[in-house]
Amino acid sequence: MARVSLTAVKKSYGKTVVIDDLTLAIEDGELIVIVGPSGCGKSTLLRMIAGLETITAGTVVIADRVVNNLEPRERDIAMVFQNYALYPHMTVFANMAYSLKIAGLDKGEIAKRIETTARLLELESFLKRKPRQLSGGQRQRVAMGRAIVRNPAVFLFDEPLSNLDARLRVQMRMEIKTLQRKLGATLLYVTHDQVEAMTLADRMVVMNNGIVEQVGTPLEVYHNPATTFVAGFIGSPPMNFLDLNNHNIVPVPVKASLVGIRPEHLRFCPLGTGLCDAEVAFFEELGAETLVHLRSQNGEKYILRLESATTPPALATSVGLTAADKYRFFFDNNGKRLKSEDAPPSP
Amino acid sequence: MEKRVFFRNKWLPYLLVAPQIAVTLVFFFWPAGEAVYQSVFMPDPFGLKTRYVGLANFQFLFTDPYYRNSFATTALFSSLVTTISMSVALWLAVLADRVGKKAGRYTTLLIWPYAVAPAIAGVLWMFLFMPSIGVLARALGHFGYTWNHALNGGQAMFLVVIASAWKQISYNFLFFLAGLQSIPRSLIEAAAIDGASFTRRFWTIVFPLLSPTTFFLLVVNVVYAFFETFGVIHTITGGGPQQSTSILVYKVFSDGFVSQDLGSSAAQSVVLLLLVSGLTIIQFRFIERRVQY
Ligand SMILES: Nc1ncnc2c1ncn2[C@@H]1O[C@H](COP(=O)(O)OP(=O)(O)O)[C@@H](O)[C@H]1O
Ligand SMILES: [Mg+2]
Repeated sequence: MARVSLTAVKKSYGKTVVIDDLTLAIEDGELIVIVGPSGCGKSTLLRMIAGLETITAGTVVIADRVVNNLEPRERDIAMVFQNYALYPHMTVFANMAYSLKIAGLDKGEIAKRIETTARLLELESFLKRKPRQLSGGQRQRVAMGRAIVRNPAVFLFDEPLSNLDARLRVQMRMEIKTLQRKLGATLLYVTHDQVEAMTLADRMVVMNNGIVEQVGTPLEVYHNPATTFVAGFIGSPPMNFLDLNNHNIVPVPVKASLVGIRPEHLRFCPLGTGLCDAEVAFFEELGAETLVHLRSQNGEKYILRLESATTPPALATSVGLTAADKYRFFFDNNGKRLKSEDAPPSP
Repeated sequence: MEKRVFFRNKWLPYLLVAPQIAVTLVFFFWPAGEAVYQSVFMPDPFGLKTRYVGLANFQFLFTDPYYRNSFATTALFSSLVTTISMSVALWLAVLADRVGKKAGRYTTLLIWPYAVAPAIAGVLWMFLFMPSIGVLARALGHFGYTWNHALNGGQAMFLVVIASAWKQISYNFLFFLAGLQSIPRSLIEAAAIDGASFTRRFWTIVFPLLSPTTFFLLVVNVVYAFFETFGVIHTITGGGPQQSTSILVYKVFSDGFVSQDLGSSAAQSVVLLLLVSGLTIIQFRFIERRVQY
């Protein structure tokens, strides 16, 4: 169990900068989720912490030790790979024993540790099998087991659930969270799935194009997005953006160029009285809720979320759209959030 | 979509495979049949008549100490050639794999020896080690070591082994490199994180995962050492001194064409034929398994 801190970390391949000036402090026992679209540098960041990629600039500290120049094995970390990277020619037991043997533990101790971990992950009956005789979910557990037996200071998970089907993913998500609590482990978890990030994270790090857009608890990030990117990326369906040049909205903070409103905060109102008018394009009826897709005259698209109990307006009718003042998020033309007396408070 | 080609003329397919069949018949089945036939006959001393002798040729063969010795020579020769060419190739492939994509040019250079004909390779090594003018032989002489593979059976064996192995290294290297590159990087990384050093990763992860390639090459190399090294041996030692480098395939040639003992030579061919068949069966079994893997 340990703290991890990254200071001004940078990674570039030749002239291509993949991670730029990233600073982040992770507390002991914290579950940090690094979330961002594919290709934004999440894996690279994790691999730099693991020691699988060199660090171009900056420092990485694990458990009060600068690890920049240490080999992966000297860093006291364990990693779970997206493809699990189980040793195909070894049994589950041997996979888990591999690192312990290298560490020089005696046979009895190895067997004891594996037994404990296998029980924790309900893997007892698979110990003699080879990876190819296991299902995706079981392989995933073995990969976690292999990390857990080592009792490392920090766990690094790189999209560990992305190869599983949706149901299993939800189940494993909860198990990982429970496990992390039980072990009190520091865990860095990488995913591109914002729902996964929201449900797992103590704090989440939203990345885009190699930079950190925002760090905070899931609810902080949701209710108080720092940039248009975060506002659009976190939350499903994504936030609606209205260009202030096309709409007459008052009051607005100076320099504001966009207003963002979440689908659940958008309301119908009589034509011409709201922020804008739009035509109902189609519905997505999801059971508990209905998503109303709308299109304005100048082509902007909006989504409004309705409780299913509410009857939506008929297709192709024009309606006005509005939102309470406290749910209007203003951004400047660089995408940065503007704070003002009008900005919504976090609930 | 139907991928098969339809022939309107029903003779055309036969016509198309005819050359292949003809070549196989003329250059394999005919001589093989001839060898089997001749192996049960013995010509008279003047070569005018042949006499049916049953299995006497074989009986004679297996009581001949030179022939039995040739088995031992072949076993020693092929195991040395296989071990040396495979281990050197594996070592080079591991190094090239470590360098990564930049190793392309180096790889190209390493392939060249494979393009050298066995006889040329033999001559090349023979000149290097020629007792009177060979660069390496003279260098050894400077260090007080007398090199003369025309007299010293051990040295002769050493030389044909080196020359034969050298030629095969490129082939093995290519297969090993491809095998190494097909091992997922994440496995190696996982092992590195698990604390394994480079050497340990090699023996516990890389080498076991490489075993299909290794086994395949083992078969190929044994076949090579058995049959395709004829040119090398013929140019360097001619099977000598004292038949110390006469492997089975060379003895077929020297007993048959040089000593004109056709019956014995034919019997030896039959023995070799059985050996090849055995090796081929192993090879095919293995390739089938590999496809499923
Ligand atoms: N070895 C490399 N050389 C050059 N560019 C690379 C290399 N590895 C990764 N990248 C680039 O770095 C960026 C981030 O990659 P990655 O960290 O894998 O993204 P993520 O895990 O967020 O999907 C990508 O644009 C990728 O093309
Ligand atoms: Mg990734």
